[in-house]
Order: sequence, then C-alpha cells, then structure tokens
Amino acid sequence: MSALTLGAQQPQAVGAAPPQRRRRRPARSPWLHVVMVPVTLLWLSPIVFVAFVAVRSFDDIAARGLGALPASFSLEGFSTAFADGGVLRALGNSITVTAFAVLASLALSACAAYALSRFAIPGRRTILLTMLAGNLLPPQILLVPVAAICESLGIADTRLALVVVQVGFGIGFYTFVLHGFMRGLPVEVFEAARLDGAGAGRIFWQIVLPLSRPSLAALAALATTWVFNDLIWAMTVLRTEAKFPITAALLNLQGGYASAWNVVAAGSLAAAVPTAIVFFVFQKQFVSGLLVGTNK
Amino acid sequence: MSAALADVEPEVAPGRPPEPRRRRRGRVPLLVWVFLLVPLVVELFWVFWPAGNSFSLALTRWDGIGAAEPVGLQNFLDLAADPIFRTALVNNVVWAVGFGGLSVVVGLSLAVALNKPGPLVGLYRSAIYLPMVVSLAVTGLFWRVMYQPGGPVNAALEVVGLGSLQRQWLADPEVALGAVLVAAVWRQVGYIMVLYLAGLKSCDATLEEAAAVDGAGAWQRFWRIVMPQLRGVNMVVFAVTVIDSLRTFDIVWAMTRGGPYNETQLLSTYMFQQAFTTGNLGYASAIAVVIFALAIGFIITYLARQARTED
Repeated sequence: MSALTLGAQQPQAVGAAPPQRRRRRPARSPWLHVVMVPVTLLWLSPIVFVAFVAVRSFDDIAARGLGALPASFSLEGFSTAFADGGVLRALGNSITVTAFAVLASLALSACAAYALSRFAIPGRRTILLTMLAGNLLPPQILLVPVAAICESLGIADTRLALVVVQVGFGIGFYTFVLHGFMRGLPVEVFEAARLDGAGAGRIFWQIVLPLSRPSLAALAALATTWVFNDLIWAMTVLRTEAKFPITAALLNLQGGYASAWNVVAAGSLAAAVPTAIVFFVFQKQFVSGLLVGTNK
Repeated sequence: MSAALADVEPEVAPGRPPEPRRRRRGRVPLLVWVFLLVPLVVELFWVFWPAGNSFSLALTRWDGIGAAEPVGLQNFLDLAADPIFRTALVNNVVWAVGFGGLSVVVGLSLAVALNKPGPLVGLYRSAIYLPMVVSLAVTGLFWRVMYQPGGPVNAALEVVGLGSLQRQWLADPEVALGAVLVAAVWRQVGYIMVLYLAGLKSCDATLEEAAAVDGAGAWQRFWRIVMPQLRGVNMVVFAVTVIDSLRTFDIVWAMTRGGPYNETQLLSTYMFQQAFTTGNLGYASAIAVVIFALAIGFIITYLARQARTED
C-alpha cells in the first residue's frame, strides 16, 4: 500500500521540482559527486574483487597472492565449480525450489488475503495479525520441531519439504501485504461484478488477481530473493548434497576447495547472478516490495 | 480489536444503510472459507505448531533418536552456567547495537545525500542496493575472500601505509566479530536506505523551507524538522534491526561458524550447532526459547504499529 502511494507521489514531486531546483542548483555542488564516487566504488569493491579472483588462474593466485590485481585470465575457476563442484546442479535445485515456493505461497496468500479483505469474516483482523506474527518469529524456534515433523511425514531430506517449509513460513507476510492492497480496491468494481452474477471465485480470478498484479509482482521479486538466498531452512531440512540449493552447496564447496579461491569466488558469483538479474529487471518492484509492510 | 474493525466497516461502503452489511456478513460463501482456511492451516501446521513444540522440547533432554526425557528447567539452569552461551548472548547484544547503529548511520546519511534526484543519483542508489540481492551466505564468502591473509583488505591497508593494521581478520578472536559485522552492514545499508528514502519523500518539504527562510542551518533543519517526521521509520528500523539481529545466522556460519574459540558465536549459531552438530535437541530448544523471549517484545511492537496503520 504505502509503496504504491509513494509511487504515486513521485511524479507530483518531480512535477513541482523545477522552480525549486533552479533555486537549489548552486547548492547541488560537485561535493555530492566528490564524496559519492569513491563511496560507490568502495561499495562495489568486494564484488569487483571477487570477480577478479574468479577469473584468475590458480597458479597466479598462489604466486602473487589474493590481493593482487589479475595478471592472468582463466575460466578454470568456473569450470571446476560447475563441473566438479556441482554448482550447476545446485543452481538448478535453487531455481526449482524457488519457483515452486514463490508460486505456491503467493497463490495461497492471495486466496487468504482475498477472503480476509473482501468478506466479513469474524475476527479477521486478529487472524491477519496472527498470520503476520508467524512470519516474524525467529526461525530458530521452529528448526528442531520442523526437522522432526519432516521426519515423521517421510519427507525429510526432500526438496518438497524445503518448498513446503518456505511456503508455510512466508504465507503470513505475503497475506498481510496483499490484504493491504486488496482492501484498497474500489468497491464499485465488486458491486458491478456481483450485479452481473459473478460468484466469489470468478470475481477473485477475473477481477482481483489482475488488479493485484503490481503488488503480486513486488512480492514475487522480494520472495524470489528470499527463498533463493535461504540457507538455514535448507540446512535444517536437507542432508544429501545432491539436493542442496546453491547457498548450502557453496559452503561445502568452500570446505572442499579451501585454498582454491578462484573456484570459491566463481561459485559465489554464479550464486549471486540469478538474484542480481531479478534485481536489475524488477528494480522498481523490488524496492517497492521492500517498502511494503513498513507504512512510511 | 474487533471493535476497531466495526468502526472501519461503515467506511468501506459509505452512505449505505447498515442492512446490506448484515446481509454480507451472513453470506460468506463456502469457497471463501476454503480460501482462508487452507493457507491458515498450512501456517498453523508449519509455524505455530512447531513453535509450540519447541517450548515443550526445551524442558527435555533429547538426542532425536530415543524418547525425549523430561528434565524440567534443567536446560535453562545449564544455560545460565554455560560460558559459550554467555559469550553468544553478549555477542548478540554487541551485534544488535553495532549492526543497527552502523547501518542506520550509513543508510540514513546516504538517504539524505541521495534524496533529491539528479545526475548519477540513480546509479549511486543502485550500487548501494546491489549487495542486498547477494545472499547472506554468499556475502560471507565474498568477505572471506576479502579478509584472507594477503587478500584485498590487507593489501589495501599496505597500499595506504597502514600495514601495521594487517591481521588475520577472521582468525583473530579480538576482531573476528567486528569483521563479520562489517560484512553484514555492507549488505544491510541498502535496505535501511530504501526505508529512509521513502520516509524522506513523505516528509513535508514546506516545513523545511520555512525553517530555511527563518535562518535555520542545514544541520539544525535536519535534527529539528526532518528527524521528528521520520519517527515512524525509526520505529520500524529499530524493530526490524533487533528481530534481524536475533535471527542472524547465515553470514556468521559462512564466515566463521562461530569460531575462533566460539568468539563469534551468536545465539542462533550456537543453537544450530547444539541441535544439528552436537545433537542436543532439548538444550538447543532451550536456546531457541531464549531467542524467542528476547524477540517477542519487538515483534509485538512491530505488530502493534502494523495494527494501527491497518485502520
């Protein structure tokens, strides 16, 4: 909600800016850039350095040290990480788990949010806040019992268990955010649809879901990075290395190739690329996704 | 709470007599109940039920194989006497303060600097956001590379003539926690900046201009005019920071696993280690209960704020 209202305010602010901006231009001295250019470079330097390490050959690193600038260019780090290190397989696991978890949790949350926002369900505010509270709990309080439950359901050490756990834990937050959005949809649309004889299911499918696309997109961008980047649930639920998502697999890789920093760096970069793509393609949705639920 | 709900209700359908409302309440279609109950049951089963189980497990000694043996409050007594637990607790406090303080100072400064649109500002913002998309585990690995002896951090210190500060950052018990903290802050600042940028945008610009006309300096305007308007954001940032600090696990696990000599142990890493490395599931649950007890106040603060804005 707040993200959308903020988004709507932006054009106004820009529209009103010119007279002020002309007045302020002298204040916008080069100092901003003098400070920000080094800060930006410093900020990006860890990523740049890891990229440097990833494309250096093992001999170059061994001879001249990790901190040296690259004197060699070799993709052996990547090929080792992908082939022997199982990074490719782990990326596949991560993408599968993320896709299913995000789809399932958004679908379930959209249903719950629709029910809570458009129908007079008794105690709906309490239900909503309880669901949100579930998402705020420290995961540590869930780990041991969740591992035990997976065991007794016979889904321990499966990717399905990881998806289900991610869905269960995420639903509360997504429902809360979608509820805020759906509540703001104009009543007239619903009245009109109801007069046309549309039932609750059809209204949801043909009206509410299409209208909720912006907030669904924001949540999808956010949820994708969350699920993809998870480590603790994967380590709790999974034991077989072949099923590990990229985060857990990288930690193993780091143990196995302790001194081959080019392999570790290449694997880490490969793990960061999918979420970086999501970020650059959906930057606006991503940022507004971060703001939802904070209300100013 | 439901009283407040009743107050909101008439606004949903303005100018309508109360009669249709009653009709609507009576007719929640079956499908809608299914819509609500399926997700609710999933969350109850995978979140609330296990959470409840942790409390009873905390009162047992259990290795995960045999039956759990009830020991009453013994686990908590053991915790009180456990020096590693005490280190973890102190570290967690240091972490919350350092993590929150540093990311707010840097994030807020950057938000103020990059608040007004201009050339390159979008680029600067993107650069600061970028670490956010890197997972905490990968952030940990990135910074492991940075901190290696002979790695970029030490090399950079050498170049700027501070070679005497070089050390084995992650192996030195005195600085390891701080080194991990820096990596975590690097990733967090973008998020804090997003929150403050949104807060600054909703500040009333005319107030600041009026103060400027009255001769208030930039510093004074910031603390007297802007900061009070950011109270809401500050609250959210505070609650989020504490909740996050108590959850922090990935980055420490990726960088040090709590070492050297448990010097970077946080409650969450110690809990995980006890549960899944050592296999003391009852003892681990007791640590989880402590984490919960520390977090619950801030969770309620956050929820109360959300409940208010829901109106």
